[in-house]
Amino acid sequence: MAEYSIWSVLRHGLTGNKGWKPTWRKPDPKPSYDAIIVGGGGHGLATAFYLAKEHKIRNVAVLERGWLGQGNIGRNTTIVRSNYLLDENAQFYEWSLKLWEGLSHALNYNVMFSQRGVLNLANNPAQLDQFAERGNAMRLNGIDAELLMPDAIAKLCPGLDLSQNARFPVVGGLLQPRAGTARHDAVAWGFAHAADRLGVDIIENCEVVGFVKEGERITGVETTRGRIAAPKIGVAVAGMTSEVMRRAGITKLPIESHVLQAFVTEPLKPLINCVVTFGAGHMYVSQSDKGGLVFGGSLDGYNSYAQRGNLPIVHEVATELLACFPNAGKVRLLRSWGGIMDMSMDGSPIIAKGPLPGLYLNSGWCYGGFKATPGSGWCFAHTIAHDEPHALNAAFTLERFHEGRHIDEAGTGATPRLH
Amino acid sequence: MLIPCPVCGPRDHEEFAYGGDATVARPTIAEQSATAWATFVYDRTNPKGAHQEHWHHVHGCRQWMVVSRDTETHAVTGARLIGAWAEPETEPGDD
Amino acid sequence: MPGFRLPRGGSRIDRLRPLRFTFDGRGVDGLAGDTIASALIASGQTLVARSFKYHRPRGIYSAGAEEPNALVTLGADAATDPNVKATIVEASDGMAVHSQHAWPSLSTDLGAVNGLFAPFFAAGFYYKTFMGPGRRGWMRYEPTIRRAAGLGRASFEPDPDRYEMANAFCDVLVVGAGPAGLAAALTAGQAGAHVILCDEAPIFGGMADLEDRIGDQPAADWLFAMMSALNGMKNIEQRKRLSVYGYYDGNVLGAAERVAWDRADGRTRQRHWRIQARRVVLATGAIERPFVFPENDRPGVMLAHAALAYARRYGVSVGGDVVLFTSHDDGWRTAAALARAGVPIRAVVDPRSDAPAEVEAELLATGTKSFAGHVVTAVEGRRAIKAIAIAPFDAASGTVSDEGLRLDCDALLLAAGWTPTIHLASQAGGPPVHDEALDAFLPGEPREAWHAAGAMCGIADTKNAAANGAMVGAAAAEALGLKPPRNGARNSAKAGRSPKAMPDNRLPLIEIPATGKAFVDLQNDVTTSDVRLAQREGFQSVEHLKRYTTLGMAADQGKTANLNAISILAKERGVLAPAIGTTRYRPPYNSVSLGALVGRSRGAHMQPLRRTPLHDWHLKAGAEMINVGLWQRPRVYAREGETLEAAYVREARQVRAAIGITDVSTLGKIDVQGPDAATFLDRVYTNTFSTLPIGKARYGLMLRDDGFLFDDGTTWRLAESRYLMTTTTANAALVLQHLEMLLAIAWPELKVSVTSLTDQWAGAALAGPKSRDLLAKVLDIDVSDSALPFMGVKPGHVGAIPVLVARLSFSGELAYEIYSGADHTLALWERLVEAGGEFGMVPYGLEALGVLRLEKGHVVGSEITGRTTVHDLGLEKMFSKKKDFVGKPLALRPALTDPGRKQLVGVKSLDGKPVMAGAHLVTGADSKTPGPSEGHVTSMGYSPAMEGYIALALLKGGRQRHGEKLYAADPLRDGHGPVEIVAPHFFDPDGSRMHG
Repeated sequence: MAEYSIWSVLRHGLTGNKGWKPTWRKPDPKPSYDAIIVGGGGHGLATAFYLAKEHKIRNVAVLERGWLGQGNIGRNTTIVRSNYLLDENAQFYEWSLKLWEGLSHALNYNVMFSQRGVLNLANNPAQLDQFAERGNAMRLNGIDAELLMPDAIAKLCPGLDLSQNARFPVVGGLLQPRAGTARHDAVAWGFAHAADRLGVDIIENCEVVGFVKEGERITGVETTRGRIAAPKIGVAVAGMTSEVMRRAGITKLPIESHVLQAFVTEPLKPLINCVVTFGAGHMYVSQSDKGGLVFGGSLDGYNSYAQRGNLPIVHEVATELLACFPNAGKVRLLRSWGGIMDMSMDGSPIIAKGPLPGLYLNSGWCYGGFKATPGSGWCFAHTIAHDEPHALNAAFTLERFHEGRHIDEAGTGATPRLH
Repeated sequence: MLIPCPVCGPRDHEEFAYGGDATVARPTIAEQSATAWATFVYDRTNPKGAHQEHWHHVHGCRQWMVVSRDTETHAVTGARLIGAWAEPETEPGDD
Repeated sequence: MPGFRLPRGGSRIDRLRPLRFTFDGRGVDGLAGDTIASALIASGQTLVARSFKYHRPRGIYSAGAEEPNALVTLGADAATDPNVKATIVEASDGMAVHSQHAWPSLSTDLGAVNGLFAPFFAAGFYYKTFMGPGRRGWMRYEPTIRRAAGLGRASFEPDPDRYEMANAFCDVLVVGAGPAGLAAALTAGQAGAHVILCDEAPIFGGMADLEDRIGDQPAADWLFAMMSALNGMKNIEQRKRLSVYGYYDGNVLGAAERVAWDRADGRTRQRHWRIQARRVVLATGAIERPFVFPENDRPGVMLAHAALAYARRYGVSVGGDVVLFTSHDDGWRTAAALARAGVPIRAVVDPRSDAPAEVEAELLATGTKSFAGHVVTAVEGRRAIKAIAIAPFDAASGTVSDEGLRLDCDALLLAAGWTPTIHLASQAGGPPVHDEALDAFLPGEPREAWHAAGAMCGIADTKNAAANGAMVGAAAAEALGLKPPRNGARNSAKAGRSPKAMPDNRLPLIEIPATGKAFVDLQNDVTTSDVRLAQREGFQSVEHLKRYTTLGMAADQGKTANLNAISILAKERGVLAPAIGTTRYRPPYNSVSLGALVGRSRGAHMQPLRRTPLHDWHLKAGAEMINVGLWQRPRVYAREGETLEAAYVREARQVRAAIGITDVSTLGKIDVQGPDAATFLDRVYTNTFSTLPIGKARYGLMLRDDGFLFDDGTTWRLAESRYLMTTTTANAALVLQHLEMLLAIAWPELKVSVTSLTDQWAGAALAGPKSRDLLAKVLDIDVSDSALPFMGVKPGHVGAIPVLVARLSFSGELAYEIYSGADHTLALWERLVEAGGEFGMVPYGLEALGVLRLEKGHVVGSEITGRTTVHDLGLEKMFSKKKDFVGKPLALRPALTDPGRKQLVGVKSLDGKPVMAGAHLVTGADSKTPGPSEGHVTSMGYSPAMEGYIALALLKGGRQRHGEKLYAADPLRDGHGPVEIVAPHFFDPDGSRMHG
């Protein structure tokens, strides 16, 4: 019987909830593993889970420098979607979305995946043409997409400003009905829980301070809790990629770390039913199950490791939110925070073998890391287990930048802050 | 963040556009090597801590400058003009 | 008897000015100066809200921003303001206040049934269930859960209120106008600093008015003297009702000012301040800590200093039978002060066996009972306290005796110590430091230029806090090179070394060891069992505790909960509080309305609007305007009853048949001057400009460093060392920035200056076979083919207006662009229109412009997407092999020149139906089996010249596929039709018309 179910909740509830076991164990690190994943965030934990589940590699350690899920998995706006234009992205994110659809059951942990739809608002006809191009590409890739006109949008989103008085009137929108949101922390805890139960050691407060090399080959890591050996070491540390890889002697990567702010308001009764994005700028908003409006926008726009942003973006994002939902003027911002994005040079990720023997790299998630979590873990696990990428991540190489094989959704070139 | 613009004095970073890493050396226009250019265009040290960056005072004097800024604390410790108007680095703050 | 208005007292109320508001429709009588909370208590309303999860009845808990319980909704319809803290709203006559999060009513809330299932609703229970059945299991439960969650209900109507933004600059910003802040402001002000002193309360003084004496003076005298001194200083700005919520980089602070609660008088409701301060003094005080014990959330349980505030400020007794529960001497003094104010204090309960003798004697004399060596173990009553259970407590062993007794009461006041308000210091500083003696976290190392003063540093005694404030104010002034007054200066060296003392003889007891549901976070209904469950399940980090239990994440941000949770967690884990640490504090300290954050940038004013000088003319001519970036441009000049398509087809047809005029003012225009201008342009463009003769224009392409296409446009050589560059409307600013970057970073040796003329010059394009005839009529120069050949540029005059004319063609017709200074362009345009009448000239908009260029296969933003190359668009003739230019080496990478890439092609509809932009090109004839995308349609239109729908597309290997039959798949719009791939130049491919 599943560890977590309505029945176990009832049973434990009747006995004072005293019988619950730790969601994941707190083991000490062993001297060696078959594989080590550096980074106890969503992608690292998902990688460990799929290594154990899909590839039966269970002698795995996940090393987290602080507390599990302290990075971007716990500081995003929880949007899950696969509404991409370019084939490489569309197919990868669609596979991730399919994994999301079965994730709560696969993990025996409710990640509250809510397929409430993601609606991109178009604010001029040229943009609607672009959305049509993207939506048609999605359909041809087998992904759900609908083009909506303002009257249909009005039904979907009461409160949305569809008037001609708007500075940028809404002319239509692209809806992906199967997209939605999930409970971000639960994703980290659920992957940790499920990986742990498959035998993965999740080791918190264990920072990788160096890599053990035999010649060019990486054979282990030096950590704050001692040396740990493994023939395969995957790095999935998001905004810390450059810093961690530097410890392996890799001094330059096509990555810049930037701060992205996110915001949540005080809880309210249901107000916004789907995820809405603003077309004449950059803003995305949804309402959490608890009732807060969760929203975000652009990067602050300068290199940062600070997990802290500044006022210009607060103003910009709030302005775009009220442009969409002028009824939210009295709604109060409750909390804001910042995450460090691993911005790649074309806005698309890297899931690849290398750049050194024994090392595997998962990075470059830009804004897209949360929705990618299961897909990224799945592909990275495959890459580590088979020593070669799966077809779904074959294009996400480290070499593509020098080669000019950009996967550039935004078309903004090698300017990370613009992706 | 306040950036000590050598022309305009201390100004909020909102007046500036970020121009990215100033530690990467731009190849000369005569450079034909795609590798040299690709290294310049794509590869970054991306340090946590002290950084040299290009900022452009778009809503001010429109000068490009190199700003010394810490990417972990966001502390700005100096700015100097580059190009035709280059001169010694100014110290921030009026404290 | 519940709360009531005392016969005397009330420093903030005016007993001669009654007011009346409604609470859930029932009239509530209050007095001018009341808060909603004080008036509700005075009127005997104990139950005011329901908790988040269990819908437990809740009363008023505090007298300030730390309020966890008393959230209400103000107003109705569009004016609805949900989740307002009743403790900070200043009541006004006629105000409509509603309870929230309760159904059908506040007193009978069916949601309270959740409480019965509390054993199953423990922390994190939802992660363990609600998963099935089926893959979309959660979505079955979610709507119900969403309706049950949330607190207040926001309106669906636009917020009608007005907000604004302001900037402020000062030498010293003092946040918090309690004794420490007041003293700091005065000292800094006396040193000559420009000071802004602010506080979230409507009245300065902090908690000074809750003291009896400050030093050797009555507190009121001290405050009066202090305020008189401050009021006399012009360099000290006082800002009340101003809540500093965020501390940002570079000593920038965000603050929200409450100007009015409603827009009854049309005033601004809230004002956002961005304050740039050279130094900041944080004097944000402290918040009283409650005990945690079973049923500690019942209406009537509140913080002791809140009760004193209600008595002294509003003349309100919080109950008729009041018990005070404290663990330190200062709690007894509060009880005595309450008794003196007329509040019926029945008993004081103290876990310590020794009560302070003097104050105990005073209380005993008034009939108050003393229960030293006792703790409160339970509360009776659901919607209001009826009684409490107390029991003997052994401080040495920390155990409670079984032999308790019952005390009747209707209010229970808690005084368990203080939590320094370190939020802003934490936002702009290192991790808070735990002080074991104080049992509290104090500010860490500053990362910005701030100083902390007063109670937030753990200084509880008001006199010391004020003295500390004066020293800190002096230190702030000294840091700016100012000289503080002598008494301040003498002390400034000691700043930060003043005594830290929490309440006298406090016993650090928070959780009472008794059985029952004890709340740590009242608003989110987090109990001690939840904290322990989280611990048991491994959520041991304080950040995990917060996320797993939602502790501290409610609208009060855990101001009365966080420190207690850390104490409980530390005890549970058998470690000291520093090992637990605190969660990271983040803006905002107090929640701030989105309206305030946005200010006036709403509705039509959300972003600036750029109009060309001809804007009004277009409107008068019946143009439908369209947003292009921040610009507005005419889309079509539709006539009565004309569709969009009919209008642009008519306009385009008239251009080809006779002449049309269109507004091209929005194009980017950059003046490029200097002896090295030609060299510069050669490096910027893929093609050569140094060979361009004076008086000629050339079409150019520029690349990004990575080799992809960046922008295009014509550049005109006006003199040997002077060019006028035009850019696309969209990229005008970016191109200028790019040029400035190159001149500063890449080639500082080039003597060139670039200046934007986009707004200074405006103009029109004339296109059509009659355009030369028209120009000949209005211009004072020879415009014959030999005098002004194709791509020729010439200055001239139209009437008195100096103009620059270039013979350029976007439409493929004989065409000209004619520019003037922007101030003259309307006159120029009107002259052209007037003269054009005889030639049948029409104005044409963007749609006609689009279809004319489409017929010629000219590329625009739809094709220059940032993903396309010179080779993709078939423009490699313009890619010079002879010179070096930006982007060249990377543009030559095989991946960018691969003939299999998507290339520009023309598309002809074969079924007479439009080929929609955004459709994809596929090989499958059946819409159900289209096959993969081979390319996509970038732009389309009905071509009057070709008499059919045509389009441009980017198609894989497209240049080799002319003549191929494909299908335009448009599943989004149920389109699927046959098309033929053709060359992208549909009309007049050899250009005889424009050269003519």
